[in-house]
Amino acid sequence: MAKATRQAFGEALAKLGETHPEIVVLDADLAKSTKSEIFGKKFPDRFFEMGIAEANMIGTAAGLAFTGKIPFACSFGCFLTGRYDTIRLSVAYSQARVRLVGTHAGVGIGDDGHSQMGLEDISLMRSLPTMGVFQPMDARDTELIVEYLVKEWKGPAYLRLTRQNVPDLFPSGAKFNPLKLMEIKKASPGILCVATGAAVTEAVQAAEKLTAQGISISVWNASCLKPFDNETLVSIAKGAKLVITVEDHSVIGGLGTCVAEALAQAGSSISLVKLGIQDTFGESGEGFELYEKFGLSALAITKAVIQRVR
Amino acid sequence: MPSTELSSLTDELRIWIIDMLEEAKSGHPGGSLSAIDLLTVLWFKEMRGIEVNNLKDDRDRFVLSKGHGVPALYAILAKKNFIPVEELKTLRKTGARLQGHPDRVRLPILEASTGSLGQGLSVAQGIALGLRLQKKHSRVFCLMGDGETQEGQIWEAAMSAPKFKLSNLCAILDCNEGQIDGPVSQVMPIEPVADKWKAFGWHVIDINGHDFGQIENAYQEARTLQEKGGTKPVLILARTVKGKGVPFMEHKIEWHGVAPKADEASIARDFIRNGRKN
Repeated sequence: MAKATRQAFGEALAKLGETHPEIVVLDADLAKSTKSEIFGKKFPDRFFEMGIAEANMIGTAAGLAFTGKIPFACSFGCFLTGRYDTIRLSVAYSQARVRLVGTHAGVGIGDDGHSQMGLEDISLMRSLPTMGVFQPMDARDTELIVEYLVKEWKGPAYLRLTRQNVPDLFPSGAKFNPLKLMEIKKASPGILCVATGAAVTEAVQAAEKLTAQGISISVWNASCLKPFDNETLVSIAKGAKLVITVEDHSVIGGLGTCVAEALAQAGSSISLVKLGIQDTFGESGEGFELYEKFGLSALAITKAVIQRVR
Repeated sequence: MPSTELSSLTDELRIWIIDMLEEAKSGHPGGSLSAIDLLTVLWFKEMRGIEVNNLKDDRDRFVLSKGHGVPALYAILAKKNFIPVEELKTLRKTGARLQGHPDRVRLPILEASTGSLGQGLSVAQGIALGLRLQKKHSRVFCLMGDGETQEGQIWEAAMSAPKFKLSNLCAILDCNEGQIDGPVSQVMPIEPVADKWKAFGWHVIDINGHDFGQIENAYQEARTLQEKGGTKPVLILARTVKGKGVPFMEHKIEWHGVAPKADEASIARDFIRNGRKN
């Protein structure tokens, strides 16, 4: 069943709220969009509507964390990370156990255009010491990561979510490790595709097309962008002819950069193709059309691979 | 504690501030000296549950939003035995707990890490909300600078604290009228300060921030309001003098962020010791 990861987040958080009284939720007049309102309706005493004032929301969340709460501060990714100085000092440097939840990731949001699209948020959050950066690929992945952020992760964290629906991809019976890369489509050594967020769906569809054409390609999901699973990446890249990364985010500082850093530091000479937003701005349009235009659709990924392989 | 005792106490703390800055060869004397009277009364007479060997769960909390004034707070923490007096010499030194601006991770008695101006009031508000959720009777105090209120985030917090009826939050505004580039009134005027905060829904108490009687009364008024079921957060608008207590630093913008050299520090100490006698 297709579901937006923001929806899965809202439902998961409201459920966890029953057993975890320390969870509090803040939103900056986007609770209907981020789906934090599901929690807010169920636990009005633990939900703080902060109005259109994200910096104050983030600082307030830090203060709540200092009293032992686990605050989830929600808005669009671009608006949260736009208050970088407050995140840098009041959350990261202060070691506040705040979970920043940035929805409306990437050009996939469509019509609203560049100003509403989180396109540099992963890059910005990865730069902050101790900040965990997570981006689930589907509803199940989201539920598990939200649970992990409540029960396990001790530091500050950034969670990046989609506006649009994404199909279920989580392999049934698969073992979940939030910090590890997860194989979504198996293949004999050939091309290694690593994707994150909504782009995993496109990568899987591309892999099906490519497999049908006799090109062997495996797809791995990177839900955790920091700390990045260098170890698995280097091990699965061994013997591959080409590594391709796909993300609905700038290729500067996002998944492509994580993979490039890991491979280069391991002394790998393997070719890398980074698909994503190529140092440019987003724009209005239907999400699927923008995926085509910015080279993130299954078709665009397929073409990019064929171009490299032939 | 009668005002003569407060007066000798603040003299001693002022001397420690000068010692610290002289040793560190950098730091902010102007805003430390303007705030020390407000902070001394707060920490020694008003705040509850915050003794070194008896740190209560429902203790009052203090957030120093104007982080550059931290030498004043370190002096108080040393006097209250949270840090050894000897440690004051380590201010701004590599590896020190006494960072140039407050660091709650290195020195956990500090409630917040600050130094980028405009953030502390939001953090204090979050602490106040959290303590209220836990049904604790703690109160939260937050010291801001006047120049600091040029930051937009301050006004976001000024708007939200009354919405949440945070009567357990008491902000103190150290209006020393100076900032790095010049007088606040010229750099970016903030007056009429009292009217602005009142309009945002705060109970404002306007005082001379160096008059111990007025300072004590202001804290008492804030406490009484809360005890009587008031719903407004309180802003103590303290009119202060930058560099207070050291005549050659008083009202001088040049002493915002420059440490006294050995000879200057020596003269400053003499002024502080003899000041009351003149």
